[in-house]
Amino acid sequence: MKHIISLLMENEAGALSRVAGLFSARGYNIESLTVAPTEDATLSRMTIVTRGPDEVIEQITKQLNKLIDVVKLVDLSEAGHIERELMLVKVLAEGEWREEMKRMSDIFRGRIIDVTDKTYTIEMTGAGHKLDAFLDALDKNAILETVRTGASGIGRGDRILKS
Amino acid sequence: MELTGAEITVRCLAEEGVEYVFGYPGGAVLNIYDAIYQQDKFKHVLVRHEQAAVHAADGYARATGRTGVALVTSGPGATNAVTGIATAYMDSIPLVIISGQVPTPAIGMDAFQEVDTVGITRPCVKHNFLVKDIRDLANTFKKAFYIAATGRPGPVLVDIPKDITQFTTEFSYPKKVSLRSYNPVTKGHSGQIKRAVQMLLEAKRPMIYAGGGVILSDAAPQLTELARLLGFPCTNTLMGLGGFPASDPLSVGMLGMHGTYEANMAVQHSDVLVAIGARFDDRVIGSPEHFYQEERKIIHIDIDPSSISKRVRVDVPIVGNVPEVLAEMIKLIKASKERPDQAALKTWLTQIELWRSRDCLKYDRHSDIIKPQFVLEKLHEITRGDAFITSDVGQHQMWAAQFYKFDKPRRWINSGGLGTMGFGLPAAMGVQLAHPGAMVACVTGEGSIQMNIQELATCKQFNIPLKIILLNNRYLGMVRQWQEFFYGERYAESYMDTLPDFVKLAEAYGHAGRRIDNPAEVEDALKWAFSAEMKEKLVFLDFRTDQSENVYPMIPGGKGLSEMILV
Repeated sequence: MKHIISLLMENEAGALSRVAGLFSARGYNIESLTVAPTEDATLSRMTIVTRGPDEVIEQITKQLNKLIDVVKLVDLSEAGHIERELMLVKVLAEGEWREEMKRMSDIFRGRIIDVTDKTYTIEMTGAGHKLDAFLDALDKNAILETVRTGASGIGRGDRILKS
Repeated sequence: MELTGAEITVRCLAEEGVEYVFGYPGGAVLNIYDAIYQQDKFKHVLVRHEQAAVHAADGYARATGRTGVALVTSGPGATNAVTGIATAYMDSIPLVIISGQVPTPAIGMDAFQEVDTVGITRPCVKHNFLVKDIRDLANTFKKAFYIAATGRPGPVLVDIPKDITQFTTEFSYPKKVSLRSYNPVTKGHSGQIKRAVQMLLEAKRPMIYAGGGVILSDAAPQLTELARLLGFPCTNTLMGLGGFPASDPLSVGMLGMHGTYEANMAVQHSDVLVAIGARFDDRVIGSPEHFYQEERKIIHIDIDPSSISKRVRVDVPIVGNVPEVLAEMIKLIKASKERPDQAALKTWLTQIELWRSRDCLKYDRHSDIIKPQFVLEKLHEITRGDAFITSDVGQHQMWAAQFYKFDKPRRWINSGGLGTMGFGLPAAMGVQLAHPGAMVACVTGEGSIQMNIQELATCKQFNIPLKIILLNNRYLGMVRQWQEFFYGERYAESYMDTLPDFVKLAEAYGHAGRRIDNPAEVEDALKWAFSAEMKEKLVFLDFRTDQSENVYPMIPGGKGLSEMILV
């Protein structure tokens, strides 16, 4: 099952490599990992998307908690949460595709943020599966380039991760 | 007054009450060595290889419970130290390792003797630091010592660029340290402790399985009290030997791959198993699938939550400091009117005695060739079971664990987790320096001893009168044993040809030595080594032992606890 683990860690040099190293050393899956500082400049917030059986996920959370730099950690998937990811897709926009791409982008609530004679660049946010669905809906031959940020997540309502 | 980074380093070590620093100088740490030269708060022990510096600090830490300190230079100094650091990490030994680094502006320039020490050591330290601002130096040391010794202990590395050791700043050593991201628990969950006690009181076939955590947390008195109060049998892991007295009738010895028949059978057939500071590793319980074939309830007490439910599922997890949790359990049991079912317990202990009567550690006592087991029994007898024993890795290690019956904690010092050949001699140096008057013996093999033999020079320089018990069978014995059992007796590269004359070698380093070929000479040689006459000398005993002897019992890799090969 897919899990979204969100954690706060000390914004120290090498913090990211401690997490990345842990995943590779223990053979855990890592689907995506995003990290950036928070409003408190001493803290970074990291979102890790991983998959595995419950025992493995339990070990992952325990091992992450064991890292000295990790301040707090939550498995967002355990309760209500919101997941968002940003994707930029550059597509062919020539001939019949020009209209088609615009329509598809509208249907999926994307925004065209760069236009040339031959291409559109579409910006889209949403949960990972929505972005997957958009890519699936496009003609593979029309996709020139995609770039995704990996998921960010936050708990619903008063579920708050703070130090 | 402002101090240099080097002076601050030395002052921090003094503030921490450090007694010995084990190290080796080099370019990046010259300033620190200059500061060491000008102080008298601690002693520096010059090893002959950085790996030995870390092992010696490790031996010191294991024998005392205090944090060991090693100091190495950048580049090769640090990489040589890595084996020592990984050894300490696997066995949760509190160390602070100081490594020199190239000056800050040179970092990343592929400078002379530059290596990414923090990167290389990251997977085998509890934590590490690269000090980039001299104002952080004292605080970093405070954190390093705090992290190393608290919670589940472990090695912490502090990497200091050379320019930081030259810069100056005001020095004040922090009195306290608090880290918002690191707050190890100590007290166990009281509800879980109550559940555990109830489970123990209702047990019909109880078993206590105690590991290295009991030694590390100094919980031997509480463990012993608990086992005796309940009358429950106890087995110790390789790392836990001495946590419960081997001479107590309730002791069934070591369990695991080379554990006793009675210990492995009792754990496999117990109905309530309480694991204390142990982690169900592959060398201890073998295959989890086989382990699950018998039903039992498991109580697991450990300070590290990630050790719980890692290899086996447990019924009552208790995260906490072992002595505190055990003391709480003892209190509850004493306050309770309930007692375990005595009839069931008697039946169970009778069964265990039946298993014990299998005499799984028997060997040929009438052999013309020296049996390694015999040497260890004699070593136990002549040292009255009161020596500190370090070992290397292999057959001799298992025989020492089986035959030197440890009654006290911190007496058995070996690399259990990483299995580092070359650990024994430098570790023994740290032990002997920590306990100058004590009997310290390094039980080793001719393969292992050659991995850090250069430390004989360190022993000479610092008058370290340890005794080397070499069980010399001219084979990498454990490799040979596996080749005999599992590789059709094809002894690939396990025979040690062209061994040195160890007696002459010891003498060349300025020590005394003796070669022993006959069983009849064993006792005399050991008596000589531990005699008053040799008290101040390192003695190297080269016992020529049986080449074909194997360690029994043995659970083949991937097999279960009750699937032992017996003699």
